[in-house]
Amino acid sequence: MTSSQLLGISTLGYLLASAVYIATFIFKTKKSGIIGTFIILLTFVIQTVGIGLRWYESYEMGYGHAPMSNMYESLVFFSWSIIIFYILLEMKFKNRLLGAFAVPFAFVSMAYASFGKGINQEINPLIPALQSNWLIAHVVTCFIGYAAFAVACGLGIMYLMKATSDNKSTESLMSTLPDLKVIDDITHKTIIFGFLWLTGGIITGAVWANSAWGTYWSWDPKETWSLITWFIYAATLHARFTRGWQGKRIAWLAIIGFFAVMFTYFGVNFLLSGLHSYGSS
Amino acid sequence: MSKNKNSFIDFFASVKLALFVLFFLAVSSIIGTVIPQKKPPEAYIELYGDNMAKLFQVLDIPDMYNSWWFILLLGLLCLNLIVCTIKRLPNVWRMVTLDNLTTDLSRLGKMKERKTYHPSGSINEAASQVKNSMTSCGWKSSETEREGGILLFAQTGPWSRLGVYVVHASIIVIFIGAMIGSYFGYKGSMMIPETTSKDTIFEFGTGKPLKLDFSILCERFILTRYDTGAPKEFLSDLVVLEQGKEVLRRSIEVNDPLHYKGHTFYQSSYEPYNKFLVTLTNNNTAQSERFLAEPGKEVKWKMGQSDITYGIINRQATNEPGVLNYKIWFDDESGEPSTFWILDGGSVSVPRGDTDYTFTLKEFFATGLQVTKDPGVWYVYIGCILMLLGLTAAFFVSHRRIWVFISNEDGKSQVLVSGTSNKNSLAFEKTFEKLTNKIDSDLSA
Repeated sequence: MTSSQLLGISTLGYLLASAVYIATFIFKTKKSGIIGTFIILLTFVIQTVGIGLRWYESYEMGYGHAPMSNMYESLVFFSWSIIIFYILLEMKFKNRLLGAFAVPFAFVSMAYASFGKGINQEINPLIPALQSNWLIAHVVTCFIGYAAFAVACGLGIMYLMKATSDNKSTESLMSTLPDLKVIDDITHKTIIFGFLWLTGGIITGAVWANSAWGTYWSWDPKETWSLITWFIYAATLHARFTRGWQGKRIAWLAIIGFFAVMFTYFGVNFLLSGLHSYGSS
Repeated sequence: MSKNKNSFIDFFASVKLALFVLFFLAVSSIIGTVIPQKKPPEAYIELYGDNMAKLFQVLDIPDMYNSWWFILLLGLLCLNLIVCTIKRLPNVWRMVTLDNLTTDLSRLGKMKERKTYHPSGSINEAASQVKNSMTSCGWKSSETEREGGILLFAQTGPWSRLGVYVVHASIIVIFIGAMIGSYFGYKGSMMIPETTSKDTIFEFGTGKPLKLDFSILCERFILTRYDTGAPKEFLSDLVVLEQGKEVLRRSIEVNDPLHYKGHTFYQSSYEPYNKFLVTLTNNNTAQSERFLAEPGKEVKWKMGQSDITYGIINRQATNEPGVLNYKIWFDDESGEPSTFWILDGGSVSVPRGDTDYTFTLKEFFATGLQVTKDPGVWYVYIGCILMLLGLTAAFFVSHRRIWVFISNEDGKSQVLVSGTSNKNSLAFEKTFEKLTNKIDSDLSA
């Protein structure tokens, strides 16, 4: 077995899990949700082994670095982070319907990694600038944050679907979803969690930049966009804590915030130039 | 007058202003990621035309993150944070340090979380029982006598109310660090050819030369490659010299700089010269000499009676990417000239009659160092740590308070347990239930 085979299987696994979760939601077959959870757990184990194996393979090739160094590896790790975050969320809130709105993000990320144009799947050696212990700390903190924001976006969509359904047929469909108040609460908590990790991601990036170049902040497009994202979520939290915003407004902000996250992640790499050009290689 | 002053303070303390500033910072920051920064004026004319370029210059767009209006926005954010903190902190501080044993008893019966019990014993017995129950659930209580009964109080995390102000303060600390860095620090670069020393830095942007009171010698620069040919490591062996005397010796790599006297020297680039450092040693007499040799040019060394002449006459790729093999022609006037191959960075023994020579060769580079002096960086780091601590306290620690009032109502003991939490009320509900279940079972035992 090679890591790319295992990661290929995980792509299929997340596709299957997404289908099962969405079917559970649409056909209101509560029991099939258990199958979804089972597939997710199994696929998560396979993917974790796949990532570990890729790490090992890089040592075999004589490069020896954590699998977090190019766009392919970051997409795999993004989907992994979404799934671990989702599994914990499902366990904490004991609700499988969240899966229909969270797991597809992980599948899309894996599918893009596997089939996206110009995504190089090879294990490449690390350029000198990336050879640092800060690499793991920086990537892990950022992607836990990104994963939480992805799930918050899914929850925001869920909230808006339920809140705007007005005819009878959709109403019965939406009735299986958690109460609006509960979705709102989980969205808020997920944003808080993501915000803390995004802050950590920006800080580890700054410390790393300072130890590599002597500048903790240089207004590089990636840095600037991560700060823009931070401003958006900071504003969201202030609006909620002090002005009592909730419901649809927070749901929309969760979605807008995630657009900023996506632009920080992809847009900067593909459209703008800077130090984080791992996406173009 | 005082009303005006209040509305002035209210404006600068308001969350509305914070939301406005955050929004404008977010939106305006986009400009600098789309329009290239710090390019010469002609570049903007070429890209955007004459009129747009003029407008950009007026609005400082080419260096927008240092422009007056962007700094003003950041300043407004700071002012907002400071005024908001000054306005709100006294009340919050009162909450943190409040003596909750003096709480108005009528409030206890109105709290959302509350339970009442009627134990059979006296109020003193009930009080000590409840106290034990609370301790076993992790609530350390204090107690006081109040009119008609005994009041117990316990709390966790009152200081977490300060979390949000710690976050605000941390942003100010980071800005202070950044200002210290920009006023008292500088960034520049220096290019040091191997085997030479330099003591002048050229500042970024201005190109102004800045003299250090010590100098840096680069003994050796090494570039290694992966088998794909991609660079693996840039390494410089540096020596710090004070008045020409060695005080520190250290190898630096990318991500592993040299720190000395508040300055940090980062490996940032290198420059090849198509020249070679050659060391030639006569092993019989132990005479040695270092040369800077150019390929295809004869080099002469007068040693004793005989003249030594050598030259680099050819080169060849090896199996190792980036490593070249060089062909050397060598003559010391004792018989036919020798020719031999030597690897870059290698050493070859050259036997010539009764004399033995050692010949070493290495490609000649200059190492490019980035130099910074930033006395503000520790303030920035302290700010970052404060921010993470503050966020954790603000988001994940709540101020939970439990009161128990044990009184005598119509000859019977009554225990009223009530509690509040400033956030995460769902989790507090469960904690409260656990505590009251324990109190209930202990009282009825």
